[in-house]
Amino acid sequence: MSEDVTKSLSGRDLKFVTFTVAGQNYCLDIQKIREIRRWTPVTPLPHASNGVLGVMNLRGAVIPIYDMASRLGLGITDPSERNVVIVVAMDDNLFGLLAETVQEILSVTEDQLLPTPDVKSESTREAIQGVISLADDMTRILDLRFVTGSFSRAVA
Amino acid sequence: MQPSIRDTFFEECEELLEAMVEGLGIIDEGSYDSETVNAVFRAVHSIKGGAGAFGLTDLVSFAHTFETVFDEVRSERLAVTPELVAVLFRAGDQLATLVEAARDETEVEAGPRDSVVKELKRYLDEPAEPEGGAAGGNGTEPPGGFQPMTLDFSALALPAAEPVAPMRSFEIRFQPDRAMMANGHEPMLLLRALSELGTLEVSAQSDELPAFDELDPDECYLKWSMQLETDSDRAAVEKIFEFVEGLCTLEITEAEGAAPPAEAPAMAPPPVAASPAAPAGAPAPAPAESAPAAPPPPPRSRVGDDEAKGGKGSSGGANARATLRVELDRVDRLINTVGELIINQAMLSQRIAELELPKGADVEVELEDYKLLAREIQEGVMAIRAQPVKPLFQRMARIVREACAATGKSARLVTVGEHTEVDKTVIERLSDPLTHMIRNSIDHGLEKPDKRREVGKEEEGEVRLSASQRSGSIFIEITDDGAGLNRPKILEIATSKGLVPPNAELSDSEIDNLIFMPGFSTATEVSNLSGRGVGMDVVRTAIQALGGRVSIASETGKGTTLTIILPLTLAVMDGMVISVQGQTMVVPIASVLETIRPTDKDIHKVGSGEMVLSIRGSYVPIIDVASSLGMHGQSNPITKSVLILVETEQRGQCAMALDAIHDQRQVVIKSLDRSFGDIPGISAATILGDGKIALILDPDGVVQIGGSRADAGAPILQAMEFFDE
Repeated sequence: MSEDVTKSLSGRDLKFVTFTVAGQNYCLDIQKIREIRRWTPVTPLPHASNGVLGVMNLRGAVIPIYDMASRLGLGITDPSERNVVIVVAMDDNLFGLLAETVQEILSVTEDQLLPTPDVKSESTREAIQGVISLADDMTRILDLRFVTGSFSRAVA
Repeated sequence: MQPSIRDTFFEECEELLEAMVEGLGIIDEGSYDSETVNAVFRAVHSIKGGAGAFGLTDLVSFAHTFETVFDEVRSERLAVTPELVAVLFRAGDQLATLVEAARDETEVEAGPRDSVVKELKRYLDEPAEPEGGAAGGNGTEPPGGFQPMTLDFSALALPAAEPVAPMRSFEIRFQPDRAMMANGHEPMLLLRALSELGTLEVSAQSDELPAFDELDPDECYLKWSMQLETDSDRAAVEKIFEFVEGLCTLEITEAEGAAPPAEAPAMAPPPVAASPAAPAGAPAPAPAESAPAAPPPPPRSRVGDDEAKGGKGSSGGANARATLRVELDRVDRLINTVGELIINQAMLSQRIAELELPKGADVEVELEDYKLLAREIQEGVMAIRAQPVKPLFQRMARIVREACAATGKSARLVTVGEHTEVDKTVIERLSDPLTHMIRNSIDHGLEKPDKRREVGKEEEGEVRLSASQRSGSIFIEITDDGAGLNRPKILEIATSKGLVPPNAELSDSEIDNLIFMPGFSTATEVSNLSGRGVGMDVVRTAIQALGGRVSIASETGKGTTLTIILPLTLAVMDGMVISVQGQTMVVPIASVLETIRPTDKDIHKVGSGEMVLSIRGSYVPIIDVASSLGMHGQSNPITKSVLILVETEQRGQCAMALDAIHDQRQVVIKSLDRSFGDIPGISAATILGDGKIALILDPDGVVQIGGSRADAGAPILQAMEFFDE
């Protein structure tokens, strides 16, 4: 786990925004989220790998948009008006993540965070920092670095 | 010390060093006058003064030696010979090194410094004309039989530091002004400080004191005259009055004949006739001829000092341009805002166009004005960042000297177009690649002197550094008159390192360009200067990061030219708005030669699927932009597309096929580097009037990918991978 993850886990009360990607339930620490926007067509980049949809104008800044489903190996989302782009900040850079829908804000305490089950797929273990169990489901805490990190390798 | 003051000092040092190098350059050419010499002297002197204030003893002592030699030149006791100039140049370089070291708080190699100090001192040992040692005449003259000085490092942080300090006698007349009292200064404290320097006799003159009922309590009626016997020098005395400078009437005179130094004062300060206004940290130099006990000269020295600080001390000085020091951040913020203004103007134009107002509507006329104004503001803001390349070029003179010293070659640097202005960031980031290229030119390009003689060239090689602005780009060329590239050897090395497949047939220019490949180095033995095998590859990367390119041309036996082509600004450019498969993109106008709507008979097929365009009797390859960028949609047949003829570095003229040309406008460049790395065929992005992002094409990249089917060079192979993805 990366450094800023441990930091975010050390707080007492935590808030997560939950959303769905290809039918699965995921969440992100609310502090990392800058805003949530409705999907609008983006400018595609040439030679981009599959998870990269293109770039978007966010008030004068050019930010890349990723298809989370594709990054997580869950197929390709065919984006439509109903989908959302979650704008996140990492290392002073902004990124947009395409998700199916945004659901709710989840308030949990630290001890409700559970470690990622020891699944076989290494990439799954890398993509998910941990899980939180819900009433009749669970939500996966997404590791931003996994979703955005390999971008430069994919393109350059 | 506050770091910010320190920073300012080093900034000033840079300017002063520039002024110094410029002056030395003029002296080297031989077309100098006393003002030039003074300017250099002042520059060195100001550095010394500032360094003293920061307690940089190393710097102070070196600057002091340097300055002393220069003082000899200034007073024409030392004739300017080529050897002396060479030593002065070396001393200048050493001074720059010391300033750098002081700034970065690193240690300087003592060896080179000491040898320069020794060389300098040699000149101090030989007075040009016998001065007879009549110290009484001047009291500050290093007489004939003078011993090499040892510098006192721990002494005062101020100029002169003497080994054996002679006793001197100063007469000081001091009368506070009303303002000095109003500022809360206490004469008593000054007197006490003076008394700490030596033996002080004070007499107060109270004859101006009025009767008690007429007394103005805010006025100072007293004057003091003092006799000070001290081993300190004038600067130390002046320093005491530093804070009341301008608030009092002050005369400091060194008593004539008093305590004439039997043992010569090694480094007496220049015979300054004190100006009351002279800042103590940097006592102003005055004509050496002035008698020691002369009355205070007009405060012209003050002007000189300011001038040197402003870095304009080249010559004259009365015409020094007024400048303003502004934080770079503020300028950058302004530039960003102007960028947004340009985008906003584009948006507004589009909205108004959508209204479909009748032709010639007032608002359109006003809009046109708005456009012009926005452009003017943008150009003005860009001009703030633009700086002449001169200081950069001057620094290169030093690189040439160092490289020559290291290789045993001899070369002179000729600079052309040094007033060409380039964006500040570009200048800063050009320094390293340029340094490397110059070193390469000398190390690999120029022949050894004896070899040069053999082939009938002048022994001294020439490295020409030129800058010019042509059609929206800055061209910087480094030309040497050396042997030219050794193509068979380059090819052999490239083959042996596996950079090109054996038996590859490469054109001359392709071979030349091999030196930019990663891991290529022609030096058979690794020298100090170049040949670490990272050289030209790193140069190319650095130039590309600036949005520029570098190319090489070489003629065997005649020399080599390296050309750097850079965009004029980093923030805004003129672009042609085009569309490719429904996507809007921008092509930099600078690279467009012409636009062509081809007819069937202009287009010919060559081989399997490649097309060429026949234009005015020659054939140029047609590159389909869409397929080059890996777009999978259906392209128009070539005959229905529009062709843009571009000039590329790699493949000469090429025609890029695209769907339509819409507009020509200024676009604000938004870099993609930060989160995207390098995207082949795309140089940056911009935001159009409708708020959408349009990618800016890099014609060279597009052409390179598009041509990959035919060629087999390694960089192109890399591009192929993306293409196939």
